[in-house]
Amino acid sequence: MSDATIRAVGLKRTFGDVEAVKGVDLHVEAGQIYGFLGPNGAGKSTTVKMLSTLLSPTGGSATVAGFDVASQATDVRLRIGVALQSSALDAKQTGRELLDLQGRFYGMTKSNRAIRVKALSELIDIGDALDRPIGTYSGGMARRLDLATALIHQPTVVFLDEPTTGLDPASRASIWDEVRRLNVEQKVTVFLTTQYLEEADALADRVAIIDGGLLVAEGTPDELKRSIGSDVIIVTVTGDPQVAATIASSVPGCGPVDVHGNEITVVATNGSASIGPVAIALGAGGVVMTSMTLRQPTLDDVFLELTGARL
Amino acid sequence: MNTDNLLARPAGLIGDLATVARRSLRSMVRDKEAVIPPLIIGAFFYVVNVGTLAKLSEGAANVSNYEAFQLPPAVIFAVTGLSRAGALVTDIQSGYFDRLLATPVRRIALLLGLMAADFTLAFVLTLPIIAVASAFGVRFTTGIAGMFAFALLCGLWGLAFTGFSYAIALKTANPAAVNSAFLIFFPFAFLTTTAVPKEAMSGWLQGVVSLNPVTYLLDGLRSVVTDGWTTQIFASMAAIAGVFALGFGMSLLALRGRVNQK
Repeated sequence: MSDATIRAVGLKRTFGDVEAVKGVDLHVEAGQIYGFLGPNGAGKSTTVKMLSTLLSPTGGSATVAGFDVASQATDVRLRIGVALQSSALDAKQTGRELLDLQGRFYGMTKSNRAIRVKALSELIDIGDALDRPIGTYSGGMARRLDLATALIHQPTVVFLDEPTTGLDPASRASIWDEVRRLNVEQKVTVFLTTQYLEEADALADRVAIIDGGLLVAEGTPDELKRSIGSDVIIVTVTGDPQVAATIASSVPGCGPVDVHGNEITVVATNGSASIGPVAIALGAGGVVMTSMTLRQPTLDDVFLELTGARL
Repeated sequence: MNTDNLLARPAGLIGDLATVARRSLRSMVRDKEAVIPPLIIGAFFYVVNVGTLAKLSEGAANVSNYEAFQLPPAVIFAVTGLSRAGALVTDIQSGYFDRLLATPVRRIALLLGLMAADFTLAFVLTLPIIAVASAFGVRFTTGIAGMFAFALLCGLWGLAFTGFSYAIALKTANPAAVNSAFLIFFPFAFLTTTAVPKEAMSGWLQGVVSLNPVTYLLDGLRSVVTDGWTTQIFASMAAIAGVFALGFGMSLLALRGRVNQK
């Protein structure tokens, strides 16, 4: 048994010659919502599949709920719920039938299944739709049912792989509410992968950023934001943004400058003091600016700083 | 962390198998477009063959009761290739199969449960085709027990053949490849005594027919209809067992490959 609910040490996974995950260390405490951020192909889903026993690691080790994912897979499966990318449901069944069926796979008694189906239908607020074929559900309803299906056996750890990808803003907000309720009311540890930085910012107690199969940062959202500086100045320019970046980086008080399209992002220790000098320096250098904004750093800035790309 | 008061526990092989079969049977009932065509194919094949070949065969091939002679091939046409392999491909593609793999379900139950449902459907589909044959005057010399044995053997044959479809489904996860599994059945179905007895065939074909397990299956089924309880039924069972062993072995290997895509 280990102290962390999820622990990985040097976790690796290769597919032929391709190293999808190159040695990931994780330590997720019980009751946390842990955000796992990264662009497509970064290794998020592969990591989740290893932690949820669907893929064997080719290197390193991992425990979930105290059990080794490779050698004690059944013990892990009894304690985890999994909602993978896109709603993995059976369109021919009704929501109630699917939940009941899932409960049977976990060896649950008839009375326990009935109690859990009732409780989950209230949690996901799906109403009368529970007795309709899943094929008739909207994307948001299907995703909420997907979440409920992962919870039927009252797992202690839930893996949610991009739970809101493809959903409209209202459905996304609804899923966020349910994840929070699940975490607060049922004390479930949530391991959440996402491409949406605002999702991790809104939900996660801690965040890890994976890029190219390697963790590039880990901490609370605030820690990560603080790590790149106090403020961010965003300047949109016409002409060569590299010239603007070179000029801005020479302004006292300004840190690293990233270029993304025709936009430069300037990290500053004191943005309100630096924004004027930056504007003057760019103007003196012949840079034509179309907009200039000062704001607090976001996880998006963290991601840009660490990976050189935006999600 | 809380590991007490777990609601979940392994359901065991029988429990898992029953759950998978329950889901499959429920889907079959709702998936009428997958069930009705085989029934129509079997009945159509029977009516057309009897209508066009009865007089010819009774004269030239010395078949005394062509209506009874045609019942087994009609049923075999209906039940062969009948499986939930297409639904399995959908599960794999949608991610539902992974969802099942993330539960403590016994992996082999994912295959056996589907096969149990297939057997049930094949058994049930045999009955209306027997009813059609009855309307043409066919009577089982072995009575109700023989009719049951006939349906049982047809169900088992349907089950045996599903192994090939599941092997393709699990290996490829491709619906077009699964549909093409029916092609495997063509040599089985036509290089045999479907239309006329072996004695009425040319020499080389008789040799090929003797190697085809469906020949022994049809012989056994026909004997139950017209000859009474004979040892030919054992040859039928052996033919089914051989095909089952091959198909099931292939599907098990494919299942292992899919589950261990690791």
